[in-house]
Amino acid sequence: MSIDTTTAGTAGEKQAAASQTVLPAPAAATSNVKIMRAAGIALLVIGLAAPFMAGNFLIFQLTMMLIYAIAILGLNILTGINGQFSLGHGAFYAVGAYTAAILMDQFGVGYLWTLPAAGMVCFIVGFLFGLPALRLEGVYLALATFALAVVTPQLFKLSPFEHWTSGVMGIVIAKPDAPFGLPLNPDQWLYFVTLAVGLLAYVCARNLVGSRTGRALMAVRDNPIAARSMGVNTALFKSLAFGVSALYTGVAGALGAIVVQYISPDSFHFALSVALVVGLVVGGVGWLPGALFGGAFIMFVPNIAEELSKGLSGAVYGVIMILMMYAVPTGLGGLLKAALGALSKRSMNR
Amino acid sequence: MELLAQQLITGIATGGIYACMALAVVMIYQAIHHLNFAQGEMAMFSTFIAWQMLAWGVPYWLVIPLTVAISFVGGVAIERLVIRPLGDAPVLSHIVVFIGLFAILNSLAGFIWDFTIKPFPSPFGEGSQLGGLISNHQIGMIAVTMTVLVMLFAFFQYTRVGLGMRAAAENPESARLVGIRVGWMIALGWGMAAAIGSIAGILIAPIVFLEPNMMLSILLYGFAGAVLGGLTSPTGAVFGGFMVGIIENLAGTYIPVIGGELKLPIALVLIVTVLVFKPTGLFGRTVVQRV
Amino acid sequence: MSMLLEVTGLHASYGDFRVLHGLDFSVEKGGISTLLGANGAGKTTTLRALCGMIKRSGSIRFDGKDIGGKATEDIVRLGVAHVPEGRGTFTGLTTEENLQCGAMTRSSSAEIARDLEQAYHWFPRLRERRNQQAGTLSGGEQQMLAIARALMLRPRLMLLDEPSFGLAPLIVQEMFSILRKVNQEQDVAMLIVEQNAGVVLELADNAFVLETGDIVMSGTAAEIRDNETIRAAYLGY
Repeated sequence: MSIDTTTAGTAGEKQAAASQTVLPAPAAATSNVKIMRAAGIALLVIGLAAPFMAGNFLIFQLTMMLIYAIAILGLNILTGINGQFSLGHGAFYAVGAYTAAILMDQFGVGYLWTLPAAGMVCFIVGFLFGLPALRLEGVYLALATFALAVVTPQLFKLSPFEHWTSGVMGIVIAKPDAPFGLPLNPDQWLYFVTLAVGLLAYVCARNLVGSRTGRALMAVRDNPIAARSMGVNTALFKSLAFGVSALYTGVAGALGAIVVQYISPDSFHFALSVALVVGLVVGGVGWLPGALFGGAFIMFVPNIAEELSKGLSGAVYGVIMILMMYAVPTGLGGLLKAALGALSKRSMNR
Repeated sequence: MELLAQQLITGIATGGIYACMALAVVMIYQAIHHLNFAQGEMAMFSTFIAWQMLAWGVPYWLVIPLTVAISFVGGVAIERLVIRPLGDAPVLSHIVVFIGLFAILNSLAGFIWDFTIKPFPSPFGEGSQLGGLISNHQIGMIAVTMTVLVMLFAFFQYTRVGLGMRAAAENPESARLVGIRVGWMIALGWGMAAAIGSIAGILIAPIVFLEPNMMLSILLYGFAGAVLGGLTSPTGAVFGGFMVGIIENLAGTYIPVIGGELKLPIALVLIVTVLVFKPTGLFGRTVVQRV
Repeated sequence: MSMLLEVTGLHASYGDFRVLHGLDFSVEKGGISTLLGANGAGKTTTLRALCGMIKRSGSIRFDGKDIGGKATEDIVRLGVAHVPEGRGTFTGLTTEENLQCGAMTRSSSAEIARDLEQAYHWFPRLRERRNQQAGTLSGGEQQMLAIARALMLRPRLMLLDEPSFGLAPLIVQEMFSILRKVNQEQDVAMLIVEQNAGVVLELADNAFVLETGDIVMSGTAAEIRDNETIRAAYLGY
């Protein structure tokens, strides 16, 4: 089956193995690809039309959803493709956000330029964090990144940096207008900017995964010792994965800062890192398109939970997460693969 | 000199709390090889239960054993109902479930008792001894944590159930082969960890004040202590907890200017440094990884 | 001849991979049977299947009771002691603690104390090392410890998985003579899985030869031992 080139990571290995025992049937495979492509195009069309049909607040929410999706895409590269955990991606999101905010607030840099800047800064930060992380596996890495997540707000409150970060008071950013007098309000414009960045990010991620580098990353994920013995420089690839992952999430953070127009240390509480992991798992670890669904989940489900039970939204959220782990541990990606697998088997038997 | 003595005492007192959290985390880690990220929230919830009982007028000397008992039952229940069904699920699934538990407990606490900060009375009164060098509460903290830790040590070393738990943690398959009901040993471990956490929560609440988010940084210090001591060594975890308490207080006082602000990041640096250079901690044992 | 352990049509699998294809074998009350075969024949799998450690189907009757659906801990509590491949000692516990673990399911502390003494009597080297961490014992000592620990259960049936593995011939002789004594004095039946056919055929009453999940030959130990063709074809000597 050739729906995607990635096998799901830890969670979906069994499923992938099971599906690989079925002989590849070209006819069924292309029909699956066709279904996925059709779905993708439909989504894109909806995505392009949405800002003209929705009110400003909903546009804002959709933009945040896309931003989270980009952040989760970054996390997926690290965890799904390269097998390294991170409970601390909120830190990279924060670095990206602060990079953008400081550049705009203190140096008057144009908002679009802050995106690659945030990306570069986060790549370096991520790569540097990846170096000590080289020695850490599984639960140890989870613990180290957990510590990073908890400490992140505090790091941005530190007084030596207050000159730039404005400490607890945070930084306010002006909302950019649409350029060239386009008939779009700022919310719509930012939505399209985010959509463009998101599509670019997704295409780059797909290419990365399909490339030799991507295969090396996956080899390191699946069997690091064997990979090393075959000449793959695991250290380099693992740090690179951290760097690239941080880059994505940092760009998302920068976008987030611009869209929300205000950041402060407490915007980047532990809960953000948690949300990113949840979004990753819900979408499907190792399934890149899942990032969009993950983003939608963490954007909208807390609101739904709030409707169901005001004040207990966190509890409802938690219950949903736990139930998902029992029922659909491979996330939406796994569900879709299973469904399409069942469909193609049925079409083969006809 | 007096400042140093005061900080050392504070360090040992809070270190005892971190030691308890570290021990709880290590006990569960030894049983199921996963880190319970919700350990802090469980302790926080227990502390709220204690607060509620106090508010209802239950005398303090009754509240503590009641809270411990309720927490024990709660821990066992969580293990049986939430964790056990996961079975051999991958690490990430476990992490998500722990986070889910975290969210549920945090949200429930906020819903039932709201997010305002509440003062929590100390069972040891407000006074101090030795001319203000050490408060009654600090004496109590050190005394209680020491007692708990000694009792636990005796339990594991000298009782049958303790031996069974150690065996089950070390080699579950062999434990089954001598008839030990490993599943129940794990549940027992969870109950005990929850009970220890509740004591830690009750002891620290008078200092940090009671609110649903109070245990997050304490849990982090507990993790730091566990890592420092070695995730495979309960005694190491206890030692690590005390060390972290002392380091945190001394660094906060004596590193100029930003000392106080750096307390939490120190935990991060400690965790990463130990994990990178000596992942088994000071007292843990190395595990060989096969291809 | 009453059978303590009677196995009919035993199938076992690891996941979807079938390893045992319907085995029939038995152990008499107080008797010693041995399961022989080369590496990969499925000997260890058979013992694990008996103890409920892997997915199995078929009829397994212990002392007349069907144990095919029971959990490992319950089978053990019925009187089956399994000394696993690799010994399974609790390396972090002391020698004496290991032995105490063996008595975990028993209640009379006086009897346990007596059995502890008996264990040290059979294996004097363990007494010397009683407070030492079990992981620091030599291979032979750990094997003795594993057997002694199994005996602390006061089992009716002992399952031993390649007890001679990695041990010097002299130690192997010593160990098997102790096993013979235990069998005779305590009436403990045994099912011994071995690659080292020569040694165990001196001890056993009955033998079953296993090859890739099927029993290809069975008979008394004497029959198998004296049959040159079988020895050459299946046992390599």
